[in-house]
Amino acid sequence: MSTRRTPPAAEPPGGGHEALAPSYPPDSVGLVATRLLTLGADRPLRLESGAVLAPVTVAYETYGELSAAGDNAVLVCHALSGSAHAAGYHGTGADEKPGWWELMVGPGKAIDTTRWFVICSNFLGSCYGTTGPTSVDPATGRRWGINFPLFTIRDMVELQRLLLDELGIARLLAVVGGSMGGMQALQWAISHPDRVAGVIPIATAGGMSAQGIAFNEVGRRAIMGDPLWRGGEYPESDPPAHGLALARMVGHITYLSEEAMHRKFGRRRLADEPGSSFGREFEVEDYLRAQGDKFVRRFDANTYLYLTRAMDSFDLVADHGSLQNAFAGCTSSFLVVSFRSDWLFPPSQSQAIVQALKRSGHDVAYANLESDQGHDAFLLPGNRLGDLLPGFLARLHERGPR
Amino acid sequence: MTAPPGAPALGPARQIDWALTRGRDRALDDAIAALVAPGERVLDLGCGTGDLLLRLRMEKGIHERGIERDGDAVAEAIARGLAVVEGELGEWIGDLPAGSYDLVVLNQVLPLMEDPVAVIEGALRVGRRVAVSYPNFAHWRIRLTLGLCGRLPVNPALPYEWYNTPNIRLVTVNDFRRLCAQRRWRLVREAFVAPGAVGTAAPVRALPNLRASLALAVLERGD
Repeated sequence: MSTRRTPPAAEPPGGGHEALAPSYPPDSVGLVATRLLTLGADRPLRLESGAVLAPVTVAYETYGELSAAGDNAVLVCHALSGSAHAAGYHGTGADEKPGWWELMVGPGKAIDTTRWFVICSNFLGSCYGTTGPTSVDPATGRRWGINFPLFTIRDMVELQRLLLDELGIARLLAVVGGSMGGMQALQWAISHPDRVAGVIPIATAGGMSAQGIAFNEVGRRAIMGDPLWRGGEYPESDPPAHGLALARMVGHITYLSEEAMHRKFGRRRLADEPGSSFGREFEVEDYLRAQGDKFVRRFDANTYLYLTRAMDSFDLVADHGSLQNAFAGCTSSFLVVSFRSDWLFPPSQSQAIVQALKRSGHDVAYANLESDQGHDAFLLPGNRLGDLLPGFLARLHERGPR
Repeated sequence: MTAPPGAPALGPARQIDWALTRGRDRALDDAIAALVAPGERVLDLGCGTGDLLLRLRMEKGIHERGIERDGDAVAEAIARGLAVVEGELGEWIGDLPAGSYDLVVLNQVLPLMEDPVAVIEGALRVGRRVAVSYPNFAHWRIRLTLGLCGRLPVNPALPYEWYNTPNIRLVTVNDFRRLCAQRRWRLVREAFVAPGAVGTAAPVRALPNLRASLALAVLERGD
């Protein structure tokens, strides 16, 4: 058999214990599990670089029901450090955190799971279950680490396509994603125009800016400069934690805005830290360090190198000559969204996408949303993103296949 | 004199309360809708929250496109399922393919334009027909207010004070007709209304430059 379906992860606790079943908010998809799908050696993933990965495992979650007509599937793409866990809860613990887009995905929410069949897959190379640097290289029996082949946004889309083939989804109503997920959404419209009715790239760009590459490079230097990185051959139990935390701190600054930082922290000092040393003194320092430390516990350093490199190499202009050429063969409708205070993916980059789409006569809507939350705004409440999606999705669905 | 009901209190002047013009902006929708055939491509420049486009899509199944510079209005329009883009409309029509729309609508946005002639020229390039509507500054009530009281009008067609108005151009029916003649735009149809009972607009047939508060002109390229 060509494909081996790995059974769903163990059923979460609570089954058969009705009295103990936790109550989730009514607008949550509730208890969910990440599933793993492994494509066998006869379904290899050919990367742009020429390298071939087989077998390949992809981690994914789904919410809602695929309609009989198969016309209600929405693919949600996560950003750099996200995972397939977009909505709902994995466990019953009191401190259990919901998926990264719980705000948007659920019954009655902007991406309404009573209406749409939502798929979120962990993209190629990420360290949350999909094949990547933390996976075992079948040829050596050891973790790939720094020997994993280089891959691109296009390769990520290719793996998502293979997953959809396996799930029997011929056509997507929409692909939606922010940041790196937005790059994937754009790539979907270009790579598979006949399989996507609508595309929603949020806070993204047709190519990584020099500033974005610069910040990513600082992050990579922090990791590779950590003596514990050991040329990428670090043991799982002793990673270059300091470098990875530093990379995250730099990254995190770029996800916020000056306004948001000022509002959150101002120049407030930590009460118990006298301002006489280079220890922690300001609240913002404390916050960044906590973000860095938290990240180290959940993310892999080599993976960070690969993902930022994939992001940096995304360049539709280089691939196609111009943005307009890039979109020339697209047939999807587009809803492009940017945030006014995003300085990592500034609105001008979304506007360049919109202009190219307009010139090629594509169906495009665009909103530059008011928010002081910077790049991270698409993950946070307090802006109108949630208002935009239902109208766009409903319109796509009403119009049907074209 | 007291401020008209709903007028913004003295405050930041740049915050324009578009709700004040909602009634005016819808007064000619019937006349504009009558210009549209089913399935046509309609571009609404300065579409606001998309009331007209939504109506035309429901009634005529048009392929709609709207441009609007107010971000909140754009969000509202997209939430309603409309293909609306946030942008400056003068810049936006610049590189749209020629003749790509059956009708281009400039509904009550002319007074806001830095360069209204360029916008209309652009609209005529992009669309087969252009529907332009505007408040008529030569309405008799305005003449009276200005002549007798020496004050600028604040009325349903021009609902702002001089210090908070978004309008930077004022135009009359005669002025607009003169511009059409000068630029050799073919003025193929006109419609005029005056406010009737609350929330309605009565058609005006005679002496529009004196009696109409709102005007609609349908243009086609002359050459």
